[in-house]
Amino acid sequence: MEIKGEYRIAAPRDKVFAALNDPAVLQACIPGCESLEKTSDTEMKAKVRMRIGPVSASFAGKVTLSDIDPPNGYKISGEGQGGAAGFAKGGAVVTLREDAGDTVLNYNVDAQVGGKIAQVGARLIDGTAKKLADEFFGKFAAMVGGAPPVAAVGGTPSADAAPTAAPDTLAPPSPPAAAAQRGYRHWLVIGIGAAVLILIFLASR
Amino acid sequence: MTAATGIGARVLRTEDKRFLTGTGRYVDDLPLARATYAHFVRSPHAHAKIKSIDTSAARAMPGVVAIFTGKDIADAKVGGLICGWVVKDKHGQPHKAPPHPVMAADTVRYVGDTVAMVVANSHDEAKDAAEAIKVDYDAKPANVDLAKALDKGAPEVHPEAPGNLIYDWEIGVKADVDAAFAKAAHVTKIDIVNNRLIPNAMEPRAAAAEYDKGTGNYTLWSTSQNPHVLRLILSAFVLGIPEHKLRVIAPDVGGGFGSKIFCYNEETMVTWAASRVGRPIKWTAERSESFQTDAHGRDHVTHAELALDKDGKFLALKVETIANMGAYLSTFSTAVPTYLYATLLAGQYTTPLIYANVKAALTNTAPVDAYRGAGRPEATYVIESIVSKAAKELKMDPADLRRKNFIPSTAFPYQTPVALQYDSGNYPPIIDEAIKIADYKGFEARRAEAKSRGKLRGIGFSSYIEACGLAPSQVIGQLGGGVGQWESAQLKFNPTGNIQILTGAHSHGQGHETTFAQLISDKLGVPMDQIEVVHGDTATTPFGMGSYGSRSLAVGGSAIMKAADKIIAKGKKIAAHLMEASVADVVFENGTFKVAGTDKAVPLGQAVFAAYVPHNYPLAEIEPGMDENAFYDPANFVYPAGTQICEVEIDPETGVVEVVNHTAVDDFGNIINPMIVEGQVHGGIVQGVGQALLENAVYDKETGQLISGSYMDYTMPRADDVPSFKLGYKVTPCPHNPLGVKGCGEAGAIAAPAAVMNAVHDALAPLGVSHVPMPATPLNVWQAIHGARAAAE
Repeated sequence: MEIKGEYRIAAPRDKVFAALNDPAVLQACIPGCESLEKTSDTEMKAKVRMRIGPVSASFAGKVTLSDIDPPNGYKISGEGQGGAAGFAKGGAVVTLREDAGDTVLNYNVDAQVGGKIAQVGARLIDGTAKKLADEFFGKFAAMVGGAPPVAAVGGTPSADAAPTAAPDTLAPPSPPAAAAQRGYRHWLVIGIGAAVLILIFLASR
Repeated sequence: MTAATGIGARVLRTEDKRFLTGTGRYVDDLPLARATYAHFVRSPHAHAKIKSIDTSAARAMPGVVAIFTGKDIADAKVGGLICGWVVKDKHGQPHKAPPHPVMAADTVRYVGDTVAMVVANSHDEAKDAAEAIKVDYDAKPANVDLAKALDKGAPEVHPEAPGNLIYDWEIGVKADVDAAFAKAAHVTKIDIVNNRLIPNAMEPRAAAAEYDKGTGNYTLWSTSQNPHVLRLILSAFVLGIPEHKLRVIAPDVGGGFGSKIFCYNEETMVTWAASRVGRPIKWTAERSESFQTDAHGRDHVTHAELALDKDGKFLALKVETIANMGAYLSTFSTAVPTYLYATLLAGQYTTPLIYANVKAALTNTAPVDAYRGAGRPEATYVIESIVSKAAKELKMDPADLRRKNFIPSTAFPYQTPVALQYDSGNYPPIIDEAIKIADYKGFEARRAEAKSRGKLRGIGFSSYIEACGLAPSQVIGQLGGGVGQWESAQLKFNPTGNIQILTGAHSHGQGHETTFAQLISDKLGVPMDQIEVVHGDTATTPFGMGSYGSRSLAVGGSAIMKAADKIIAKGKKIAAHLMEASVADVVFENGTFKVAGTDKAVPLGQAVFAAYVPHNYPLAEIEPGMDENAFYDPANFVYPAGTQICEVEIDPETGVVEVVNHTAVDDFGNIINPMIVEGQVHGGIVQGVGQALLENAVYDKETGQLISGSYMDYTMPRADDVPSFKLGYKVTPCPHNPLGVKGCGEAGAIAAPAAVMNAVHDALAPLGVSHVPMPATPLNVWQAIHGARAAAE
């Protein structure tokens, strides 16, 4: 699953890039981040609390910066173990472009989960990752740009949102209505799904 | 006396009283003093190297009694789990048998693979401590997509099976089949996937084990379908506990469908650890664990071709299948896609030449093994899909094409080209009866009426055959099976005249306590309430092979009848003594020994009492007591057959398929309890409809994560997904067992998927849809409809 998005930030590119490398800024922007500690120029230790559907877990892991190309961008990747909840890992390729004094930030996120989170929350991962990415870059843009962020392009999961696809030899066309309605439906489904999952989870405890 | 409870009577199930009033006793209900509770740490990765396991923090957690890892198991030299059926490949080589450690030591191979076991004073404490165990994994690429599992460069699951190939097996002569195809007037081809299923027994797997230090005896309570076989495997291959020191008890078990035949890690672990911990250990799977680790079913990718002559006679069938084995070979996994699948490919037809090639592949998914029907639903889906497609292509009526190719009733016993010899059958009257019950003639009117409501109505046939009543031991041995397949029975009268039937079969929902009691009620004239059926305990019942493969009545019931014959024979001698008559003149009728032509009579109860209180008794000729054992090894498989006709309505706007009519006419031979048979057929059809329309075990093809791992994403059929079924029977008694019975446990699930899918295809044919993948979910149907529309434009 991949999620793309773009933000316009009212700040020069150098400033944006510096912020992307500042653990304090990152900690403030990473949703659920309980601690972030720099261990080297390119590595940080992180503790993040995350909830996907019925599974809430504290992930301990590391954050690595790579492909660093100041001030054009880098790749930020994370990997964490959530105990019985399973694991989560992912990364974002971030590129910065100057545009009329502002900086246009492009991100391309891919995320992967395993174990219980995947087993019971697989349907919610697209939505959760999208939400987390939006939260992160939204906060980041606000913090660095000092103005309400502008989501230039609404991020849309690029993978097909239906992981049920049977091992099927047909190459089916996407439902036409889905493209337009996906955003709306997606959130509706996630909302209802999350509520149901939480209820089931609570009931089963 | 027996008319109400004898053979053929609709006796209410005696066991239901306790099941319905919550007084059944399941493994998890066991009150074990000083019990500890086990929880397993499982791999979240489909394929990974275990770099390290840190249990130190967990060991310090409250309530923790012990923690075991794969290293402890390896150090203790515990044997691996075994695959009990050696399939030889097309070069005569035994299948590849990669190790199946009880707990992974260095590599995990599917999501759910066991990594550590925590034993604690309570279940919650075990779970909390398991959370504190830190496992450092080095994730590796996973082999998940079955269609590509054998491709060059696919990630290797086990080094012992290069290229992930367990065997490349074949049956039939390919050159002969190819020659027949060269002469064919018409060839029909299909590419189908038999979707992977998760068994979902109502009661999750559970195990509890206790070690008696004083005697050195182990007791394992397990949700097993075959406690003696489980004990044999654990004793002889895995744990090395001598059989006489290990007692396995399978008490009330809430459904199995095959998934509880096998020897699993968890029951092995709790037994092994019970002596180390010195206290009983209990484990019950959570539903999540059941999804991840119960052996899954089906999962075939198949290409098949059928050659026909100009009149529609089948000339030859060619089948290529890749069968998923999962990450490890489960107990009988290798036999399912070979001897329970390819040997059934003749179906009900006279197809003279058949060639099948089956490649068994390892993948980083849960092990796959027998699941209700085991191989036979897969075979039926292939045959009945291709036959229906051929009928469409040739513009023939699907019933006519089937009739044209049925094995004639005069041809039995019939030797198929794929090893089996069908003992009996008469197929044309079955399809005729099904057509009558389903009102096939009125279908076009119903289709037109549905069309006026905007619905697409379709009808589908499925004429199945199965080989069950497993099985003649010597045949099984020749085919590579590692066990005998007879069944045992012991009839133990008490001095007061009531009787215990001890059986080696095991009931986990089938109603043996009623059916077996009916046999004895009928044969010996003992009232039902004087009969107790005892099963599932290696310490009390004779060695037995358990229940699966629709064998309990045909094999286990036959053993009971054999033992009953011995009771009658002995009773005649006692009665003859009491009546001062010659044994040759004594007859047994309605529970009473009589001397023909006189009014002398000794009820069975009196003979039994005399046997236990032998004051007036021929002690010089016969032993006291009334307790007879019998073992019955069947002469052949039994071959139930039938035809199902399914009618569906599809909403073309949403792709939703509704089953509106479903008819099943079966030949199960003689029927002991029609109500129980109906229940078995109903349940089987529902499972088959579930496979056809709803159920699908999906792994992410890249990461190997189980996506359909809960009831959120794995759809089970419910009562409102099916109509009231219409059933009928045609009886050709089995010629080689004393009851003339054939077995009914799997038939519904074997035939239904093809019937439903053929109906779906029939409904969608006017739109130009040629293939809908199974399950025909609204998404799959919708996409097929729109794919056909796009292709037409």
